[in-house]
Amino acid sequence: MTDGYGKPLPVPDEGSRPFFDGAAAGRLMLQRCVPCGQWMWPVAPRCIACMSGDIEWAPSAGLGTLYSFSLVHQVYHPGFAEEVPYNVAFVDLDEGVRVTTNVVGVAHQDLRVGLRLQAVFEPIAEGIFLPRFRSVA
Amino acid sequence: MTRGSIAIAGLGMTEMGKVYGRTATDFAAEAIALALDDAGLAMHEVDGLLVHGNLSPEMNANLQLVLGFRDLSVLSTMSAFGSTSATLMQYAEHVIGSAQAEVVVMVYADAPLQQGGSAGAAYAAERRVTGMDSLDHAYGFYGANIGYAMAARRHMELYGTTSEQLGAVAVAQRQWAMRNQRAQMRTPMTIADHQASRWVAEPLHLLDCCLVSNGAVAVVVTSAVRARSLRQPPVYVLGTGQAAPGDSRRTDREPGIHTGAAASGKRAFAAAGVGPGDFDLLELYDCYTYTVLVTIEDYGFCAKGEGGAFVEDGRLGPGGSLPTNTGGGQLSAYYMWGFTPLSEAIVQARGQAGERQVDPHELVLVSGNGGFLNYHGTIVLSRREP
Repeated sequence: MTDGYGKPLPVPDEGSRPFFDGAAAGRLMLQRCVPCGQWMWPVAPRCIACMSGDIEWAPSAGLGTLYSFSLVHQVYHPGFAEEVPYNVAFVDLDEGVRVTTNVVGVAHQDLRVGLRLQAVFEPIAEGIFLPRFRSVA
Repeated sequence: MTRGSIAIAGLGMTEMGKVYGRTATDFAAEAIALALDDAGLAMHEVDGLLVHGNLSPEMNANLQLVLGFRDLSVLSTMSAFGSTSATLMQYAEHVIGSAQAEVVVMVYADAPLQQGGSAGAAYAAERRVTGMDSLDHAYGFYGANIGYAMAARRHMELYGTTSEQLGAVAVAQRQWAMRNQRAQMRTPMTIADHQASRWVAEPLHLLDCCLVSNGAVAVVVTSAVRARSLRQPPVYVLGTGQAAPGDSRRTDREPGIHTGAAASGKRAFAAAGVGPGDFDLLELYDCYTYTVLVTIEDYGFCAKGEGGAFVEDGRLGPGGSLPTNTGGGQLSAYYMWGFTPLSEAIVQARGQAGERQVDPHELVLVSGNGGFLNYHGTIVLSRREP
């Protein structure tokens, strides 16, 4: 399935390795503050609520609601040229974090703010899985 | 800070738009020379230089050396993105008010447009990013258009705001631009034209999005006393404010709907001793039509969620009850970040706007906005001595 995947690939690095390893294993991993429990997105050097440096990676339930979305028509990268319009979405996870993603398996006209969604993990390149969201219904 | 203790004494604007073959430094130099000439001040009388930090690598404190300013008592680059016009003005209030400097020049300049390149390409250069930040492009999230589109979509779903109501902002501003010789876009526009313009990122059409321009604007600020002895009618700075709500990734906050304009406006209005009902015209930061609509709500001109109905009757345009972005703004005139609304506010407050002059023009509200509606600044200007 990686043949012909012309869109930009994420570039895992040391600081994001738990996220991408988690995605490959079917888990949506996020940073969480150990002392106060604050979840974070995308990553933070310290807790965004209490500035503690004691941060762990923990699995999100992967459930959330559609905060907002856009159907993108402009081609910003040739890899998206065949796909426009495509959706970009913000999903409010139940853990209290708003993540950037795409919604899959929902027709453009059926996208609605408030839609209940669940994370799915799509292989896009060797060893790289991208978390996207599908309707729970 | 004594209300109105400083005033704007000079304004310089270069040619703006698709002006090629010049650097940001070159534009900045011309704008400053024009602003000093406008005020009737000589270069050696300047003791403060405030550089508007933007995406140009040339916009930094080195401008002093390049331009030849000597023995400055105040020199800095400031950036809070599109709200920088207000943060610069707030700093100028303090340094002039405390007699650290008397004549402060502030300047915005940039030259992102390349001949043969698109406006969209101007600020969209690929950066090498890794880790979690590299997810944005993997998801197809590029640049400001998509972020503002999502804020506008959210507003539409919460309050029933329509694309046609956003279009009313664009149409009103085009009507103003048609009366402004400096405006890049001066052909007539209707709601139908707005609706027919191509989608960039739904729900934003092309005509919901600002221009990109090369050029510069410089403003000279001094004490109110000094300003009264200079060439131009002083424009008094009655108050300034800032707000940065933050936490755009926590689900209990939504700066795209409840923007910093609310808190920033309150601070500036309190400093100036005015309220929303006192303004004769508004010059609001307009990277997108939606920005104008949500800023009007958060400043309290109408209730949250009612911005769409508020703007759709032509109220903002020529002859309307709340003249807004009277030079065409960044949507139709020129894109100089917060110096677009600031420059037009000065022209209007002075009464020098020619066929687009708003009357009365005693009290003018100026806004700045940056990030994805993350940073906000407000300036209250008055033609009348406080």
